[in-house]
Amino acid sequence: MKKYDLSDKYKAIVIGGSAGSFQGVVKILSNIPENFKLPIIMCLHRLKHVRNGFVEALSIKSVKPVHEPFDKESIKRGRVYLAPANYHLHIELGHTFALSTDRLENNSRPAIDITLETAAYVYKEKLIGILLSGANRDGAKGMKRIKDRGGMTIIQDPSTCMIDTMPTAAKNLTEIDYSLDVDEIINFLKQLDSQYK
Amino acid sequence: MQEIEIANLRKLTEVVKATYNYDFTNYAMSSFKRRISRVLDLFNFQSVDALIAKVESDPKFFETFVQEITVNVTEMFRDPSFWRLLREDIVPNLLLNHSSINIWHAGCSSGEEVYSMCMLLNEMGILDKSKIIATDLDKGILEKARSGRYKLKNMELHEKNYIRFQGTHSIKDYYTIKGDEIQMNPELVRNVSWREHDLVNGPVFNKFDLVLCRNVMIYFNQNLQNEVLKKIHESMFKYGYLAIGSKESLIWCEIANKFIVVNNEEKIYKKIKE
Ligand SMILES: C[S@@+](CC[C@H](N)C(=O)[O-])C[C@H]1O[C@@H](n2cnc3c(N)ncnc32)[C@H](O)[C@@H]1O
Repeated sequence: MKKYDLSDKYKAIVIGGSAGSFQGVVKILSNIPENFKLPIIMCLHRLKHVRNGFVEALSIKSVKPVHEPFDKESIKRGRVYLAPANYHLHIELGHTFALSTDRLENNSRPAIDITLETAAYVYKEKLIGILLSGANRDGAKGMKRIKDRGGMTIIQDPSTCMIDTMPTAAKNLTEIDYSLDVDEIINFLKQLDSQYK
Repeated sequence: MQEIEIANLRKLTEVVKATYNYDFTNYAMSSFKRRISRVLDLFNFQSVDALIAKVESDPKFFETFVQEITVNVTEMFRDPSFWRLLREDIVPNLLLNHSSINIWHAGCSSGEEVYSMCMLLNEMGILDKSKIIATDLDKGILEKARSGRYKLKNMELHEKNYIRFQGTHSIKDYYTIKGDEIQMNPELVRNVSWREHDLVNGPVFNKFDLVLCRNVMIYFNQNLQNEVLKKIHESMFKYGYLAIGSKESLIWCEIANKFIVVNNEEKIYKKIKE
């Protein structure tokens, strides 16, 4: 089993991926400890005009309910959040969410770069970014920002991705701390959680 | 994209306030900062100071600046289920005790929401019982709204939304195609008055039975949301309705207790106290 350089300094986890990473996300959310302590903030590419269904589908399998935050809602420990359809999800100073309908970035709304970059700004070195399988380059700049601010970067091992454009783009742009398959990511999260009392 | 110091943003908003009386001080920081970065990139400014100097000295550029930092993305019949609820529940309720209804679109952007409302009212046969005021802070975008000209390629999305709204016509009945643009039938908006108005610094100018302020307050921080909601409250008749965006919430505003939730999914509230 892999060993990771872990501590309890981290305050949040952001996960990016595209529609193709749905299975991986489901597996992660159904295998993390029930009282997982850090907030998990997910930005996944999804159909822009389907407001319902996605969060419910994730919640059924997840050990915790998955919640699409409202504008200006505060980020709470131990909760799992998903960027709502057709909105960009920003993290604000003071640890609240803010939504915007700003133009598409990387052809996407929600755009992973926006969530990752704004989270990096707020959480600095206390952030872990995980980028899963995906078909475009969204998220690469966000991962670079996380690394530049001292946070930890993890990608899904490109050789285990259905479509590896997304993690590969991140790897080419910035330093990646760990390249892991989905089971290893689960294991990583378990080890991380055990750092917290 | 350049990372901007908050202190520099403060300087910029102070200058804008002093020079033009627009107050962006309490806009939600993260997305505001992102849009300022974009302005820096777009016009090749080397620093926020250079942008400040330009904004201060060039009112024409300031208009462009406002267009760039406001988010104008909108759709016809955005959230079709919301529009169905308006047609099936909210508007009929208003008609029970009103012979005519006053509607305000606050932050109407390029007007798609207003045209949607007029189609709805038209299909209910009450367009001429309605008086609509549509306002926005951004002059340029209001011009576009007034002109009723949109890109043809956007109509595909609007049409999909219209079909999910289950309109009784075809959306194509409401416009003519001119090259790669469409022209909305101006008759549709005969009862609409388009006006420049600032929700932050502008006056309370009228009273309404139905206010739509969707996806506007998300660009404000919580303090400003609270202030603006007070003004909206003042602009409403008792028992009037307020609609906000589907992912907005009033619950953390002080004044929320003067409203009740009519529909939580579609974010429709009713004013119950002065
Ligand atoms: C995203 S659009 C919303 C359009 C439409 N209501 C919708 O939901 O699709 C936001 C609009 O709010 C306007 N806005 C921003 N600040 C404003 C202010 N202080 N007063 C009035 N309008 C404002 C912007 O110019 C922009 O057109």
